[in-house]
Amino acid sequence: MTPDADHAAVRVRGLTKRFGENLAVADIDLSMAHGEVLALLGPNGAGKTTTVETCEGFLRPDHGQVRVLGLDPVAQGPRLRPRIGVMPQGGGAYPGIRAEEMLRLVASCCAAPLDPAWLLETLGLNEARSTPYKRLSGGQQQRLSLACALVGRPELVFLDEPTAGMDAHARNLVWELISALRSDGVGVLLTTHLMDEAETLADRVVIVDHGRVLADGTPAELTAGEERRRELHFRSRPKLDLDLLLSALPEECAAWETRPGQYLVRGEIDPQTVSTVASWCAQHGALADELRLGRRSLEDVFLDLTGRELRA
Amino acid sequence: MTREDLGDQEDTLGTELRARRDSPSFAPGTFHPAPGRASPLRMLVAQTRTETLLTLRHPEQTLLTLLIPLVLLIGLSELDMGIVAQPRVDSVAPRILALAVMSTAFTGQAIALGFDRRYGVIKRLTATALPRWVLIAGRVLAALLVVALQTLVLSGTAVALGWLPSITGALLAVPVLVLGTLAFGAGGVLIGGALRAEIVLAVANTVWFLLLLAGGLAVPARHLPAALTVVADYLPSGALAEALSACFAEGGGPPLRSLLVLLGWGLAAGALAVRTTRTS
Repeated sequence: MTPDADHAAVRVRGLTKRFGENLAVADIDLSMAHGEVLALLGPNGAGKTTTVETCEGFLRPDHGQVRVLGLDPVAQGPRLRPRIGVMPQGGGAYPGIRAEEMLRLVASCCAAPLDPAWLLETLGLNEARSTPYKRLSGGQQQRLSLACALVGRPELVFLDEPTAGMDAHARNLVWELISALRSDGVGVLLTTHLMDEAETLADRVVIVDHGRVLADGTPAELTAGEERRRELHFRSRPKLDLDLLLSALPEECAAWETRPGQYLVRGEIDPQTVSTVASWCAQHGALADELRLGRRSLEDVFLDLTGRELRA
Repeated sequence: MTREDLGDQEDTLGTELRARRDSPSFAPGTFHPAPGRASPLRMLVAQTRTETLLTLRHPEQTLLTLLIPLVLLIGLSELDMGIVAQPRVDSVAPRILALAVMSTAFTGQAIALGFDRRYGVIKRLTATALPRWVLIAGRVLAALLVVALQTLVLSGTAVALGWLPSITGALLAVPVLVLGTLAFGAGGVLIGGALRAEIVLAVANTVWFLLLLAGGLAVPARHLPAALTVVADYLPSGALAEALSACFAEGGGPPLRSLLVLLGWGLAAGALAVRTTRTS
């Protein structure tokens, strides 16, 4: 899964960055293939923004090597920047500039920009196109910032907390956009502290905390583990007699009705167990529906790795 | 919320989104990469145009750059305060032009840069294909355009009040105005690029007010108390006022000393600003 050096869109080796006493990033390695969606997942202060800003050339690494599209983001910034799209955390524009003017200004730097009017419309900024930047809501500023990152048809985009401050509707739209970028071959490196965002969007998730990489893999790889086969969920009619069910299952199994009609079986879950549960339900005139093997969420993975909540 | 609840919720959300992924509302190829940089000229025009428009549209900036100089031009020319010989407008007009340069290039630039940094625009723009030199050149050209506009309005008003500058004097004044804009602009960038926006606001306005009163602008340097006269001659405000007055009065060109003073301030501020200016 690790792309080799020449073909990586982003390659970070041993990146270390310190701000005074504070070690923001400690020896981070990252690899991202072209056209891949990679999520840097971690709580606030984990070092996500520092890592991304180093890739964008805003920060100079103290140690380590950073290559983006094969270029050094600091020394070769002028060659790199026309090829990438950047959405900095918290956006950025002249306080008095109107939304449409800002997007057109950024578009004027690009050889073959997307149509700014279409992009504003798509991102739901049509009504706000004449509103000065400082009077836009936080979510509108975020969407304008995203538009600025995309308008130049980049081959790689850096999105730092792209859905922060957005309502559910806007977040869905952004997720859809990121999927469309991926389908069109645009690489996306995003940071988030939302595990559902990482799990839904990313081809690969890199979990960071305290400036270090804790885990790296596809969402499926990360959430698969020893516990993978330890849980069985199914839905059926409420108030099944679980003692009867347990008598049909191996000794060490345990079962609960977690909510009316929602059941959880814990223990050694093998094909035989699954089959037993299904046929037991059938014998009792009930259908075992939505039967699935338990899978850890990224939140569980994060808890296991750090012992603390992702959103803390 | 239990783990089970969480797992279930994720599932529903995931299904919904997977459904969305299967039927995207964007036509395939919409975002197909086609990166590249526009021509530098196009970027420079867009950048200069934006910076100029934003300055002209900003009410406080207009007050500072146009209304206050206009009121002072008319007031000082029409009211007899007994220190300047008739026709007073001949002495007032060059000093008000110097004030206009200081307002735009120093105070206006400092405040704009302070708040632009606060709102993250410098970082935003350096993250695009825009080369740094175009970003800087756009700001400089915008300042020069605004100064040109101020010069037209203020000179027109002064002429209406009886000012009769020679053509030679006017031509000689143009490079002096440009030098003044660059020197004060370097000072504006020094203040606006290093301090917090609120502090920039306070410092830039205080310096403007002090130089207006004691820097040879509202009152000619030679009419200030003796100690201040010497100081004013070596301040950028006093030097610019003196250089412009000399151009218009004698048509013989500005004194070398005032040009060197302006150049010295500009180079010193610029050299410092290169080290201290931050993008955010």
